[in-house]
Amino acid sequence: MYKLKVVEASKIFRRDGQEVVALQETTMQIPAGRFVSIIGPSGCGKSTLFNMIAGLIKPTTGEILLDDKNIVGKSGYVGYMLQKDLLLPWRTILDNIILGLEIKGVSKRDARQRALPLLKRYGLEGFEDNYPPELSGGMRQRAALLRTLLYDQDIILLDEPFGALDAQTRLQMQSWLLKIWEDFQKTILFVTHDIDEAIFLSDDIYVLSQRPGKLKAKVHVELERPRGEGTLLSNEFITLKQTLLDLLREEPDENDTA
Amino acid sequence: MRMTQPEKNRYIEDEKKRRQRMKRIVIAGQLSIGILVIVLWEVLTRIGVMDSYYWSSPSTIYETAKVALLKGTLWSDLVYTSLATLAGFASGTFFGSLIGLSFWWSAYYSRISEPYLIAFNAIPKIALGPVIVILFGIGFFSKVMLAFLMTVIVTALAAHSGIKAVDEDLEKLLYSLGAKRRHVFTKVVVPTAMPWIVSSLRINIALALAGTIVGEFISSRQGIGRMILYAGQILDIDLVWVGVCVLSILSLLMYAGTVSLEKLLLRGQEPKQ
Repeated sequence: MYKLKVVEASKIFRRDGQEVVALQETTMQIPAGRFVSIIGPSGCGKSTLFNMIAGLIKPTTGEILLDDKNIVGKSGYVGYMLQKDLLLPWRTILDNIILGLEIKGVSKRDARQRALPLLKRYGLEGFEDNYPPELSGGMRQRAALLRTLLYDQDIILLDEPFGALDAQTRLQMQSWLLKIWEDFQKTILFVTHDIDEAIFLSDDIYVLSQRPGKLKAKVHVELERPRGEGTLLSNEFITLKQTLLDLLREEPDENDTA
Repeated sequence: MRMTQPEKNRYIEDEKKRRQRMKRIVIAGQLSIGILVIVLWEVLTRIGVMDSYYWSSPSTIYETAKVALLKGTLWSDLVYTSLATLAGFASGTFFGSLIGLSFWWSAYYSRISEPYLIAFNAIPKIALGPVIVILFGIGFFSKVMLAFLMTVIVTALAAHSGIKAVDEDLEKLLYSLGAKRRHVFTKVVVPTAMPWIVSSLRINIALALAGTIVGEFISSRQGIGRMILYAGQILDIDLVWVGVCVLSILSLLMYAGTVSLEKLLLRGQEPKQ
């Protein structure tokens, strides 16, 4: 049985009377506990796909099934995190992290008690009473991810969460994310532009093609876990990277011809 | 390179000291200008360069104020004007915020009402004074009403700008966490709009005071406005000056009050225009 099934879901917008296909019929079947990355050029419909799974927009056709239950147009069933950390600047880090629990109706005191151990375990100890602007970009992303984790859904969607970070911080955050993934046994869907990042983190990589967005290939990553710096230099890694680069290059680059 | 330098040649940038020094100089400058103006006023009226009949003088104003406080009704007038101003300010700000924030709930309601809000803002509210007095009488309530009218639309417009600045991604995030509209309203919309509402406070307190004074000018039995009008009619220009000075001090105090209120409401955020 699959945790999440996207069944022939597509999205078409109408803009100035013209139909724009953001995502062609796409089917994905994701088993529980997998780390799945989605890569593709900008405008390939990655965010559209995520917004549909998160229930923020409705697909034009098709279904989204979570544990075989249709969740089309229903929000709140999956954790969702964007590139921007979206921490509320008027709340402390601790109070930001408990936002999801508060909305669920958990009292602030209980929520804080549940959040504090997480903060300590995952590198935010001592920052619980700071306000977001006082933290570095990496720290803020950690807080944003903990907020998503504490909301406690089985599936977490991460939309380029490390896209705005510098290379060094990015590497740290990737290892940190893998640790969290192993500790919590979540199913993760991860959107990125970065091929290295996708290979380093994932079990499976879906490749999307440029507008109109279409699922092009699925690549399985057979690299041993736990992965570390050595992984990035191994032959398997290089071979996979070549495969993915070829897949992405196959399409004409609109920017060059335009 | 030497490991240690002689103590004399070391130059350490001390930000705290520099800030303190700047603050001291600024305060000293501000105080001396104020003192200079008062001294000049006093001297120029005494030697006759400025006519003390029109300009009075600081010492005469002080003596007149003392008499008005001890033997006249200055104190109760001051309380009357302050209370009317504060009541109008508080109710105007409160209802104005409610109106402005309510626009978030429906784009249709917001767009349909917006031109009326702007039109109402364009009316010189003070011109409504006589109507207000006829409607609500010459008592305390008509002054509160005028102060209310002066502030309510300004605040509504400020809160309206505030809700336009709500980050759509933040709304999206909250919905993804299973939030209902009321959650988004209390957890995102109100805090986002708060700096805008707060920035209208300083303007509002001055507007409310102006509304109250006009109300007292039109017809009243009490208040600083009435005192000034009365003093003008009997050509007691010293007393007019007392009224003006008392109002200035009142206005300054209320301004200081709003500044502390701002700090309380914002807790670290900056007011926005």
